[in-house]
Amino acid sequence: MMNSKPSWQVLLALVLCTIAMATMPMLASEATAPMSNGTTTLVIGLIALSGVASFAMFSGLASAAVLFVGAHGAAWLLISGISGNEGTARMPYFLLLAAAWLLAWRCVAVLSAIRPVSKQVRTFLRLLIPAIFGAWILIIWEAVTRGAGVPFILLPPPSAIAARIGNSLPILLADVRQTIFKAVLFGYIVGCASGFIVAILADRVPFLRRGLLPIGNMVSALPIIGVAPIMVIWFGFEWQSKAAVVIIMTFFPMLVNTVAGLTASGHMERDLMRTYASNYWQTLFKLRLPATAPFIFNALKINSTLALIGAIVAEFFGTPIVGMGFRISTEIGRMNVDMVWAEIAVAALAGSVFYGVVALIERATTFWHPSVRGGRA
Amino acid sequence: MDRLRDRVFPVIAILLVIVAAWYAFAVYMNAPFQRDLDRRAGLTPGTVEFIGKTLSQPKPTMPAPHQVAQNFFENTFLRKVTSARSLVYHSWVTLSSTLLGFTFGTALGILIAVGIVHVIALDRSLMPWIIASQTIPILAVAPMIIVVLAAIGITGLIPKALISTYLSFFPVAVGMVKGLRSPDLMHLDLMHTYNASASQTFWKLRVPASVPFLFASMKVAVAASLVGAIVGELPTGAVAGIGAKLLAGSYYSQTIEMWAALVAGSVVAALLVVLVGFVGRVVERSMGGRPA
Repeated sequence: MMNSKPSWQVLLALVLCTIAMATMPMLASEATAPMSNGTTTLVIGLIALSGVASFAMFSGLASAAVLFVGAHGAAWLLISGISGNEGTARMPYFLLLAAAWLLAWRCVAVLSAIRPVSKQVRTFLRLLIPAIFGAWILIIWEAVTRGAGVPFILLPPPSAIAARIGNSLPILLADVRQTIFKAVLFGYIVGCASGFIVAILADRVPFLRRGLLPIGNMVSALPIIGVAPIMVIWFGFEWQSKAAVVIIMTFFPMLVNTVAGLTASGHMERDLMRTYASNYWQTLFKLRLPATAPFIFNALKINSTLALIGAIVAEFFGTPIVGMGFRISTEIGRMNVDMVWAEIAVAALAGSVFYGVVALIERATTFWHPSVRGGRA
Repeated sequence: MDRLRDRVFPVIAILLVIVAAWYAFAVYMNAPFQRDLDRRAGLTPGTVEFIGKTLSQPKPTMPAPHQVAQNFFENTFLRKVTSARSLVYHSWVTLSSTLLGFTFGTALGILIAVGIVHVIALDRSLMPWIIASQTIPILAVAPMIIVVLAAIGITGLIPKALISTYLSFFPVAVGMVKGLRSPDLMHLDLMHTYNASASQTFWKLRVPASVPFLFASMKVAVAASLVGAIVGELPTGAVAGIGAKLLAGSYYSQTIEMWAALVAGSVVAALLVVLVGFVGRVVERSMGGRPA
């Protein structure tokens, strides 16, 4: 059985533990609240025991569970041990952190090798594995910034960012309302709709299609974001100028994708519609638009990110005193880095939710399409 | 001849329509200000004269195409390339950080793709995050990267190139994963019957199969890294580069300069994409591929 074989990750982790023991103590002597010997022993013990135990387990799941507990327990002890002693960590601290991370890696590797039969377990694993990966980015970020005493301005620890988000919810909400609910949504809807309508027009008039498609393709490579300052001059500082940038940025992807999608229905199907004596619009609505749906949703997904970027960057060029781009550019000027990170976290969350909503709508409306039925996009 | 009629003519016609619409729009946008000027000066120009004036304002709301073209021509070809007003100079500043970031981004993307294809744990844990990372409006981070790195003494090319790297690694990573996985089972089985090792399969089958994917994604990546470099120039307080030129233009309402900078950026983007496409064709041909 593959899982019972000693793995290089665990072996390396054990080696790191040994070196760490040889180079104790974990914190420099000026630490105000040094870690007790018990904690240190517990960390090393957790890592070593769970590493060794993972060899002995016969099922992959049990071995992964042991590794999971060992890695995260050790990480938690390390992080809680460093509080009050920021910036005093010595080499053993980082060695133990690396060892815990190696165990987590091994855990992910074991989990990835499992081929569960039931569908629920498979879905659960598909979510759990990236979740562990993401959690370890945060753990290493937190442990290293606090352990090594990285200057707050350079990179605040995630806990400080979370605290900042909790403290300034009203400001963040106001920014989200200004940027997303006013500028992004309006621009996104208008931009996508107009791109779609022009695509239908281009489909109706072949001359227009032959002329517009190369131009549309070329424009998608251009740095359109540069029109932001021009739009601010035209439409003023309020959200209308941001919406205008979003409209321009979302128009072309929608146009190009829809035109490409309208040619996606096969000749056979179109011939069938002809034998039914259906006219252009009947063919369009009953055959070609449904066949275009994956392309349209692709454009909608691309645009969900582009719209946020457009609105935020346009705010760098001038806004009323609210908005995500405004907050980022002013708070960074005042070196309130944690506020900037909080705003970025909110933007990331908003972007993911936006994308997720579009993806959900896609699943609900194009459930019949092979790319959705097969479960692989 | 058919090619001319079917391809070139429609594009030129549409471009002409766009230019005509641009002129009409310029007249419409500049008319209120011009009317205001004329009223104060007590002038009552005729329609033709009035339209001529709207198209030749020094700081128009919407510059006319010929004004932009003239400014672009002057600042590109007539100035010394070392002059701070030369668009060539600004384009070069932006281009250098674009290329640096693009190189890093491509290398990183290929590295990640190789890892994802060969290590199943990476595939399961990293791939979802790579996709998720693109739903984040990452350009929002640009000012912070610039200012923070400046605070610890790193300025100039590197911070801008970092933003370009971030924007350009994703298309390459995703495209290369697709490309490295593109050999089908038959080919992999053939390598198996040859008793080929993993590295032989990689170098002799997977890498050649992935080359068309690589260049297709590099086209997207190079455009993205140019956007990254331009946005990266915004918070540095307008020193040099196309982004700085845009920012300076927006401070002083020099709309013609802004449009010319925008045109310069577009020219650079088009050149980069064409160049990548050209290199891609040369490489494919030298590998024995036939034009499809």
